[in-house]
Amino acid sequence: MGAFDQSAAIALAQQSRGPAWLQAFREGNQTAWLASKWPDRKTEDWKYTTLAPLTESDYMRFGAGAGAGDEIDAGFYEINGLECQRLVFVNGELSPELCRLGQAANGNTLVRFSEADNRQQQLINEHLGTLAIPSHHPFTALNGSWLEDGVLIHVTNDEPLPLHIVHLTRPGAQPFSARQRLLVVLEENVSATVVEHFSSDDSSQNCFLNGVTEIKLKAAARLSHYRLHLEQQDAIHIGAVYASLQRNATFKSFLLGMGGRLKRLDLQVQHQGAGSEANINGVYLCKNRQHIDIHSTVEHELPLGTTTEIVRGIVDDAARAVFNGRIHIHPGAQKSAAELSNRNLLLSNSAEVYTKPELEIYADDVRCAHGATVSQIEDMALYYLQARGIQRNEAEVMLSFGFINELINSIDHEPLQLKLRPLLSDWFGRDPRLTRHLP
Amino acid sequence: MPAPPGGTCNHLGKSQANMLSIKDLHVQVEGKDILNGLSLEVGAGEVHAIMGPNGSGKSTLGYVLSGRPGYEVVSGSATFEGKDLFALDAEERARAGIFLAFQYPVEIPGVSNMEFLKASVDAIRESRGLSAYDAVSFMKKARQTCQDVNLAAEFLKRGVNEGFSGGEKKRNEILQMLLLEPRLSILDETDSGLDIDALQVVATGVNASRNVDNAFILVTHYQRLLNYIVPDFVHVLANGRIVRSGGKELALELESKGYAWLEGELA
Repeated sequence: MGAFDQSAAIALAQQSRGPAWLQAFREGNQTAWLASKWPDRKTEDWKYTTLAPLTESDYMRFGAGAGAGDEIDAGFYEINGLECQRLVFVNGELSPELCRLGQAANGNTLVRFSEADNRQQQLINEHLGTLAIPSHHPFTALNGSWLEDGVLIHVTNDEPLPLHIVHLTRPGAQPFSARQRLLVVLEENVSATVVEHFSSDDSSQNCFLNGVTEIKLKAAARLSHYRLHLEQQDAIHIGAVYASLQRNATFKSFLLGMGGRLKRLDLQVQHQGAGSEANINGVYLCKNRQHIDIHSTVEHELPLGTTTEIVRGIVDDAARAVFNGRIHIHPGAQKSAAELSNRNLLLSNSAEVYTKPELEIYADDVRCAHGATVSQIEDMALYYLQARGIQRNEAEVMLSFGFINELINSIDHEPLQLKLRPLLSDWFGRDPRLTRHLP
Repeated sequence: MPAPPGGTCNHLGKSQANMLSIKDLHVQVEGKDILNGLSLEVGAGEVHAIMGPNGSGKSTLGYVLSGRPGYEVVSGSATFEGKDLFALDAEERARAGIFLAFQYPVEIPGVSNMEFLKASVDAIRESRGLSAYDAVSFMKKARQTCQDVNLAAEFLKRGVNEGFSGGEKKRNEILQMLLLEPRLSILDETDSGLDIDALQVVATGVNASRNVDNAFILVTHYQRLLNYIVPDFVHVLANGRIVRSGGKELALELESKGYAWLEGELA
């Protein structure tokens, strides 16, 4: 099999052993995949992100999960102190011995598609692919084409335990692909927390991961959603999160992206009910020659919705970050309030950031603001620390850390703060003398 | 009679070299002349008050001594304990013992006050050949000092000055001064906007740490502060240089007569 191409991917799809009741879904996605245009530099949404790394190796096989007796450091999949229900997938395959499943509280559902009962299959068929439209995004179509299994979270009563879904990649004998699919449905008036956690056991990886998540929040449902891309240096991940919010629903999302060889995430939020609220915080950290691309779109389709989106990034060395944040206020979505801010800190002369906030407003009674900045560390803050005796380069690290830590401080779950803060300190950790006063 | 500006004797009559000696200092900010031949001698154990109208260069003096970028020394010199101050970076000046209490302390969200204070105290102690505090003993010391400046210990956990009120920011500056034990403290309008209680906290902090080895420069608009911290010298700054120096009674005179009284010198 040759380089990454559309027909080779379809040939691989034929090997998927997914359940028969998803066959029609797969075929629809395969049609869309074959019809989609391979993104290149002239494709507006892919202008600054090249897919070349995908074509440099042959990814046309699926990976093998963890073998029996494989030692995997718990640090790659656990979040200390987080009382949760946990599913762990290794190279796309479930690792039952790493999972932690108690009694599903309050009659809520956490189940793999392959083990879904009739009622759950119906629910999946009703919702799957209704937000992640295959013809809108080639890699969403690819995800559906390859679908073999997935995870359904169905919340019918308040769920006190965070649901922690881990996707760990480990190097394979040959380059390979892995895919994941998550469907989250919250019924009216219930709350839940979902942590999507992508990780790798080493900086050298040869996996292409394609992860797609759909989230449906019914009236007044409240979801805290975390998407943590903690995979290391060589990771390739192209994925998407789609969320729809019915009346008065609340979607609180935290996204963290550590740069990799190629990382691309599309986040789409649709306000489909009046008075819904989206609160999105995002962070990306890129160094060496890493690349990360985040495209977010928020659609205000009905009145009285609010969106607050704060995304911050630090780019060092010869790394490149792309942020495209679109907010679209539809006609009739009166009294919408949307605020988007993207701030970037460049730590080196060869680092690159491409940021583009886009507001499209077709209603006249709305409150919208957006801003994007690319800058160096603020002089006055640097002087303040130096005037207290702190060495300039240590002060620079402390201020860069603070720039991101401010968003980590806003995370509701303390165990997650405690997991992410050291990763952030380590990110600056080339010289321990410069990070010794970081938590 | 106090020594005139530029003199070499301090009020104790010792003939040793002064702690800080500023000679004929000219400073520009963005190409504009701000200090125009300022001279000042500060000896160990002394408290100097610098008063003057808005725009006279009071804050610039603090900034240029502490090393704020963009404050360009055109000519003149400043010697601190025998060292050429302008040859040092901002952090080296702090380590040499200079402390500026900022008029507008900077907010740094995301960096906790505690981490900031520890980094600062460690840096200063190391430069003095002392070992860094361990986390527990530093925490204890910081909490104790918080009490001294009447600041709740929870302020240690918050981002540096993040969301602090004006008075809380000033207390936080005094907290730093007490922890760092500088040789020369420059308080840049630390009294502005403070209520009486906060003013007393500042005054108590200064008076408690005042000793024969350290010195203070109080930059202020108001005589009020000087009721609580009694200065040895009062200087009037106008148009970038000191136009009148005297004892503490000069401040009272200024308070009753206003700066217009020194019109001749101001022109």
